Amino acid sequence: MSGDARQAAPVPPGEEPASRTAGRAGAGTGGQADAGEGRTGGRWLMQRLIAANETWTLLALIVLGAFFTIRAPGRFFTLDDFSLIAQNSAALLVMAVGQTFVILTAGIDLSVGAVLVLSGVVADLYYLHHGGNSASWVTIAVGAVIGLATGAGWGAVQGFLVAKARIVPLITTLAGFGAATGASYLITGGADFRTVPARLVNTIGLGGLGGLPWLIVISFATAIVFGLILAYTRFGRYTYAVGSSPVAARRAGIGVDGHLIKVYALAGMLSGLAGILSLANFDSTTIAGHSFDNLSVITAVVLGGASLFGGRGSMLGTVIGVFIPAVLLTGLVIINVNQYWQDVAIGVVLAAAVYLDQFRRRLRERT
Amino acid sequence: MAKHYGHVQALDGADFSASPGEVAALIGDNGAGKSTLVKVLAGAIRPDGGEILIDGSPVHFSSPADARGHGIETVYQDLALAPDLDAAANLHLGRELYRLPFPRILNRKLMRVRARAAFAELGIELPDLRAPVAGLSGGQRQSVAVARAVAYASRIIFLDEPTAALGVVQRGRVLDTIRRVRDRGIAVVLISHNMPEVLAIADRVEVLRLGRRVATFAAAQASVDQLVGAMTGSLEINGDGAR
Repeated sequence: MSGDARQAAPVPPGEEPASRTAGRAGAGTGGQADAGEGRTGGRWLMQRLIAANETWTLLALIVLGAFFTIRAPGRFFTLDDFSLIAQNSAALLVMAVGQTFVILTAGIDLSVGAVLVLSGVVADLYYLHHGGNSASWVTIAVGAVIGLATGAGWGAVQGFLVAKARIVPLITTLAGFGAATGASYLITGGADFRTVPARLVNTIGLGGLGGLPWLIVISFATAIVFGLILAYTRFGRYTYAVGSSPVAARRAGIGVDGHLIKVYALAGMLSGLAGILSLANFDSTTIAGHSFDNLSVITAVVLGGASLFGGRGSMLGTVIGVFIPAVLLTGLVIINVNQYWQDVAIGVVLAAAVYLDQFRRRLRERT
Repeated sequence: MAKHYGHVQALDGADFSASPGEVAALIGDNGAGKSTLVKVLAGAIRPDGGEILIDGSPVHFSSPADARGHGIETVYQDLALAPDLDAAANLHLGRELYRLPFPRILNRKLMRVRARAAFAELGIELPDLRAPVAGLSGGQRQSVAVARAVAYASRIIFLDEPTAALGVVQRGRVLDTIRRVRDRGIAVVLISHNMPEVLAIADRVEVLRLGRRVATFAAAQASVDQLVGAMTGSLEINGDGAR
């Protein structure tokens, strides 16, 4: 993998979406639990749990939550807090889902935040010309599809450059990041579009499904659907295989180049979806507001246990990884600590997480 | 067969054949073209000249998948396993089994059952079918790669240095496996540096040197000295490819 800024390194395994026992084998082996073979028993389950990365990441999240709850009794551990955290993290989570696939292929996508903005801008450009503030649901749907397609197209081009032109992902997506940002500024003339269909903002941005905010419903549904795809389908298995050993995958007859293009297109499409969510959430194209999303997203995926060398990681880990920085930020604000300590803390946690993982991985491979 | 990389002529009219139920060994010094020849015959690289005949009719391999479609399997020197996937996943890599044609949901349980059967058939014991193969020993990884080839080969298996990384016991196992596969009527092609081993298991020994076949021996009548002589060029005997 490219020697990217966060020189995170091999992070061990991961496993499946929720509800699974999170076997350590992580990788494509996926949901071990369905085995139904003689190897049940508490001891085995315990071993798996201890070895699983998610167990530790989840533990870290719980410890954080407990800490802030104790430090600020009655103020932190409230449903409202969690709802707010989840809403604010919705776009990040959706992008992290795509980033997980990319990182599993031993790639990296620095373009996510810029593609989010570009997709939002392109979609809103359509809205501006089709009713603006009072656009109908049909218009909103068409615009959303345009936004998703913009992201997917952008991602596919990046995937093509990575797979066929063999430009390292770090540079390809850095170029994509710059170009998408520039394109957004060109289209908007540098000033945010502030006309977003009211139905979109009031429903997706502010409303909910039976009390559960739409932003949370959509972002978690995305994580679950793509988590299942990752763990249980051919597409997921090939993602692990391509990242684990491109040579082995190619010799096994897997279309490695095509798969990479699909994975980058998927990441782009999900950035497009995040762009629509962002439009709904902020009632604006927020062109200057996502410059560091890429770093947040990559941090989340790595905290969630994915290896930057590919082949290891899971969607459950990513979901937990998204919420560690978010909980930390909210908690620090609540206990009146300067919120910029969050950035420092995340840096430390990130380095520690990667170090620990390398350590455990070395232990395992020695035996 | 001909293949060159820039000015380097890796294969210079090398000729090779394999027959069902026979173990043919392919030997040669480093750089003689053994691995290149195998990769060409396995569809992993395209030759610059020459032709491949199966049962007398010419075939073209544009990818390893084409070769595999003809029942030709290869165990590469580097094994070509995905280290983060488990043994069952590696055994079925690129040939996954699904619960339904669409959507393509993996049938993990069936793959595991099949993998267990494939390993058992070769007397391979793995501690945990669900552990990533990265955590297995060199011998165990080798076993997985061999089992994968054996499970799918119907015509030819190429084994590129299959015992190089193994201990004595595992080496014996691989040789047993080779005999068993041969007895199934499959052609086995063994690439090896280990002369005594070659003489022990092969029926026929072909010597490559500088990209050509320079000698052919019936293993029963050959000695290590003769093989080494042919490999290094100090000895020239009844080789039909001799210059």
